[in-house]
Amino acid sequence: MEIISPVDYVKRSLLAVQEYSLLSVRSVTNLFRHPRYISDAIQQADLIGVGSLPIVVLTGLFTGIVLALNTSKTLERFGSLSLTGTLVSFSMVRELGPVLTSLMVAGRNASGMASELGSMKVTEQIDAMRALGTDPYKKLVTPRVISTVFMMFFLTIISDLVGLAGGWLISFGLLGLDTYQYWNSAYQALSYNDVITGLIKPLVFGFIIATIGCYYGMNTKGGTQGVGRATTQAVVASSVLILAVDAVLTQLFISFK
Amino acid sequence: MQPDSPRPDTVHKAIIFDDVSIGFEDLTVLNGVSFELQRGETKAVLGVAGSGKSTILKICLGLIKPDRGHVYVLGHDITTMSEEELFDLRNKVGIVFQESALFDSLTVRDNVAFRLMEEKLPEAEIEKKVREVLSFVEMEDAIDKLPSELSGGMRRRVGIARAIITQPEALLYDSPTGGLDPITSTTIIELIMKQRDVYKTSALMVSHRLQDGFTLASHFFDPVTKHMQPVDGTPQRDIHTSFMILREGKVIFAGTAHELGQVEDPYIKEYIA
Repeated sequence: MEIISPVDYVKRSLLAVQEYSLLSVRSVTNLFRHPRYISDAIQQADLIGVGSLPIVVLTGLFTGIVLALNTSKTLERFGSLSLTGTLVSFSMVRELGPVLTSLMVAGRNASGMASELGSMKVTEQIDAMRALGTDPYKKLVTPRVISTVFMMFFLTIISDLVGLAGGWLISFGLLGLDTYQYWNSAYQALSYNDVITGLIKPLVFGFIIATIGCYYGMNTKGGTQGVGRATTQAVVASSVLILAVDAVLTQLFISFK
Repeated sequence: MQPDSPRPDTVHKAIIFDDVSIGFEDLTVLNGVSFELQRGETKAVLGVAGSGKSTILKICLGLIKPDRGHVYVLGHDITTMSEEELFDLRNKVGIVFQESALFDSLTVRDNVAFRLMEEKLPEAEIEKKVREVLSFVEMEDAIDKLPSELSGGMRRRVGIARAIITQPEALLYDSPTGGLDPITSTTIIELIMKQRDVYKTSALMVSHRLQDGFTLASHFFDPVTKHMQPVDGTPQRDIHTSFMILREGKVIFAGTAHELGQVEDPYIKEYIA
């Protein structure tokens, strides 16, 4: 294992932050420059959005079920079982829907992007693309960033709805709650701020997933071993960053309430 | 080149390296390299592994920037150009990568047509040009195959087809025969020769195989027999091929095949022995 001095470590870290920031800025500014790769973006939206649908639905469903089961035990003690819908709805829409959906999409797509672009990098396909007069940031990075941000919005809405449906399954089937009561309390629990919070978070998380995945892919070194390393690092970095940014955003939205 | 010196002749010269140096971390890869590639000339760049040959090609395309010196490609000083400006210039320069670097998820047709599809040319025109260029490299039958279904030599030929489809003014070959058997290597060299003699394209060919350069310097492509023929006995034929040898990032020889044979330097003598 290579041992590096603390000074070199800091230098490398700062350089990585600089390169990541440049990639992020370019991925957005490329939207205003020709050529635009709309068909590539649609293809990526299909791969990222439609492809992630099964895991997002399953995650949402089981999260809703578990939330209803756990909260009902506590609520039963205080004789407030009717509030199950309120707690499931509040937790899913504001927090668990966006975060868990993002973590699942990060596991599936940040790794996919890092390994695909990483393989292209180590086999000189990225250089070949540049040599053929095509900007790889425009053709490969921007379509992935745009489609991930766009699809994360809808995937989170689906996850929230399926989670609420999971909560209803338990409330109606196991706890014997009235269907109208469950859905009404779930609806009444949400304020405008909750919905906005739950819909802005996935946009930010989608941007993190795609830019981190592309960054590690575009900076892959060291052959197939490097591709494996880039894939792992992309999942770890995007997951940690999602959770850290979630904490900041939550505090930010609470202070704006 | 000094700041007050006149602008170099970029009309008759396709590529000019002027005192170019580059290093990666603590390693100096090129150290004050200067050379010129005339229009229509093919220059074989030779040297052992790690002597900086492939770096020269990457600098020519602006894929990496030198630390010092100037590089003129088709009249443009690429050391002062932005990446955005370089994309336009790269359309006039073709490159064949060492491992072909074909897009592995695209078919041969889409690989070869990549530039034309980016330019949004009509489908019929793209198909015509792709078939034309695949026929040039004798790979028309593989049009619908994926790169993974091709042999090393076939991939190299598709790489050449992709590089020449827009009829670039300059071509760069990075070890085009590396890792290939002698018969396939000869086929590739014949294609490079065909491009040199039929289209008069300026070319830099990086190789560690001396015989590639000597074959290019001693043969010409005969359009009648559609095969290469030795120059011996062909009066007044100029094959426009020269040699350059690199050692530890420096040019230690530049000249013709004849001059290379006369050289007294012990390292070069051992290299060509």
